Amino acid sequence: MVNKDAVPDLSDEQLKELMRRMVYTRIWDQRALSLNRQGRLGFYAPTAGQEASMLASHFAMEKEDWLLPSYRDIPQLVFHGVPLVKAFLYSRGHFKGGQYEGVNALMPQIIIAAQCTQTAGVALGLKKRGKKNVAFTYFGDGATSQGDFYEGLNFAGTYNAPAVFISQNNRFAISVPVEKQTAAKTLAQKAVAAGIRGVQVDGMDPLAVYVVTKEARERAIAGEGPTLIETLTYRYGPHTTAGDDPTRYRSDELTNEWEQKDPLIRFRKYLEGRNLWSKEEEEATVEQAKEDIKAALKEADQTPKQKVTDLIKIMFEKLPYNLQEQFDEYSKKESK
Amino acid sequence: MAQMTMIQAITDAMRIELKRDENVLVFGEDVGKNGGVFRATEGLQDEFGEDRVFDTPLAESGIGGLALGLAMQGFRPVMEIQFFGFVFEAMDSIASQMARLRYRSGGKYHAPVTIRSPFGGGVHTPELHADSLEGLFIQTPGVKVVIPSNPYDAKGLLISAIRDNDPVIFLEHMKLYRSFRGEVPEGEYTVEIGKANIVREGSDVSIITYGAMVQTSLKAAEKLAEEGIQAEVIDLRTISPLDVETIVSSIKKTNRAVVVQEAQKQAGIAAHVIAEINDRAILHLEAPVGRVAAPDTIFPFSEAESVWLPNENDVIEKVKATINF
Repeated sequence: MVNKDAVPDLSDEQLKELMRRMVYTRIWDQRALSLNRQGRLGFYAPTAGQEASMLASHFAMEKEDWLLPSYRDIPQLVFHGVPLVKAFLYSRGHFKGGQYEGVNALMPQIIIAAQCTQTAGVALGLKKRGKKNVAFTYFGDGATSQGDFYEGLNFAGTYNAPAVFISQNNRFAISVPVEKQTAAKTLAQKAVAAGIRGVQVDGMDPLAVYVVTKEARERAIAGEGPTLIETLTYRYGPHTTAGDDPTRYRSDELTNEWEQKDPLIRFRKYLEGRNLWSKEEEEATVEQAKEDIKAALKEADQTPKQKVTDLIKIMFEKLPYNLQEQFDEYSKKESK
Repeated sequence: MAQMTMIQAITDAMRIELKRDENVLVFGEDVGKNGGVFRATEGLQDEFGEDRVFDTPLAESGIGGLALGLAMQGFRPVMEIQFFGFVFEAMDSIASQMARLRYRSGGKYHAPVTIRSPFGGGVHTPELHADSLEGLFIQTPGVKVVIPSNPYDAKGLLISAIRDNDPVIFLEHMKLYRSFRGEVPEGEYTVEIGKANIVREGSDVSIITYGAMVQTSLKAAEKLAEEGIQAEVIDLRTISPLDVETIVSSIKKTNRAVVVQEAQKQAGIAAHVIAEINDRAILHLEAPVGRVAAPDTIFPFSEAESVWLPNENDVIEKVKATINF
């Protein structure tokens, strides 16, 4: 059942593009997990289950908007313009994975909620520059317990800065359930304390996620202030590939329950009902994803290994004496 | 040439840079209408407007994050941490975020942020206002740390810090704010970051110091001169990166050194200076390098400050021990 009044004003081609992105990301997630097991990728935070939350919200962003992601939000970075090869280099811990060309984005944030205060700064900067653009940031449910989360919301609210804060509530911060994270009934209500708008949305419903994000963007640009969006979602996989075992903290029943709400199944049915999606299109998208991944992996393999001297060089604009000496020392070591 | 206190020189530097570069923004707690709790930003909001000089909510981590975000939009933020004892609240935003921005982006982004903050003992502040925490930041890759000892240097170094394309922590010793005036040229000039200054020449011993201890060391040097000991006093001005050349060439001349810091002894700037001397000039030494520092306690409650803080007698004693070794 779809409430026709709540259907966003997206063209057929846009609806299909959103579906393509979700299917593409699901395949990428599956491949990334297996590549990680083979030792061909490093650090990776699985995304399956969160495609609507991630990609339908990103779908409301304009190219010139700024993106401040967490380490799980690599798909949004890629669809914002960062080449897939960089995502792989980042996963491997290669510094070129953080070199973005012509993409308005910061690198994935590791420190939980640090991106929230930075988002307030980027948004205030956009406002001072008179740009009609918005800063978007993503973080999880656990992040809403951090001081930086509140500070970011509060700063953005105080300056009426064009920011959209997206808390992807996937129920668990690694292992701690959201019920043990806060006494607040919703995460969206935390916006109230900062005097900004808070919205909770079904994060498994791409159209609903798109609608609330688009509205938040429009309000931000119109000078109506920042919005906190809580998407109710779920990650099917582990927290990251670094040894997390979800069976220690959540039941298969719960995971099965959420898998029934899968955003891909849901959106596929909707599009099929409108004759906008076919098996062929699904397969073509899967093939495209596999090819892209193969090509990006090849490019990552061909990227020269980073050297300590590469890293020394990017510490400062001009190297101080100690780093200059260390550069010389490591140049000798590395030329052996 | 105008006679200014150090705080007037600091305000002057910010005024010049606000005027020169429209990307310069000055912000922090109480810096707007109030002109800062020490009046360092006095009159700047009136002159440049609330868009350029503004108050922030009371949250140091937020201030640091705001600075990084504004830097990403091409601004040149000058943020104030109201007292340096509060910097732990902003530690992530400085050490984990802006200090790493250039590196994490593979050299694509940078954070031209100046972090101004009052620090230093001897003015009977409440707890956690006076602590000398500069040592934390010489162990923080990706930031520079500048500590002026007089009005002339304060202005020239602050202008350099604001123009620097990497994060600079600019620490203002509270005792120096209004304790004396010095000649300060009008208009813009810079003092290079990373260059020490020989504030007194001498041939018998090199006293290497910074901040308020420069005055203390100069007083000690005068008294030592009365006893026929000629001390050279080096004001480091920048503690990260160090100016090892000036230190080493002075030691080659004097063959003796004493390092003086107001901060606690363990793993401080003095320890680092001594290690550099060990690496670069040990064969020129006639005696072990002396160290004057505060004890390794929490910064004391204010009644004990005057005993706890190193003073000129401590410097004189240590110099004599080094000479008579």
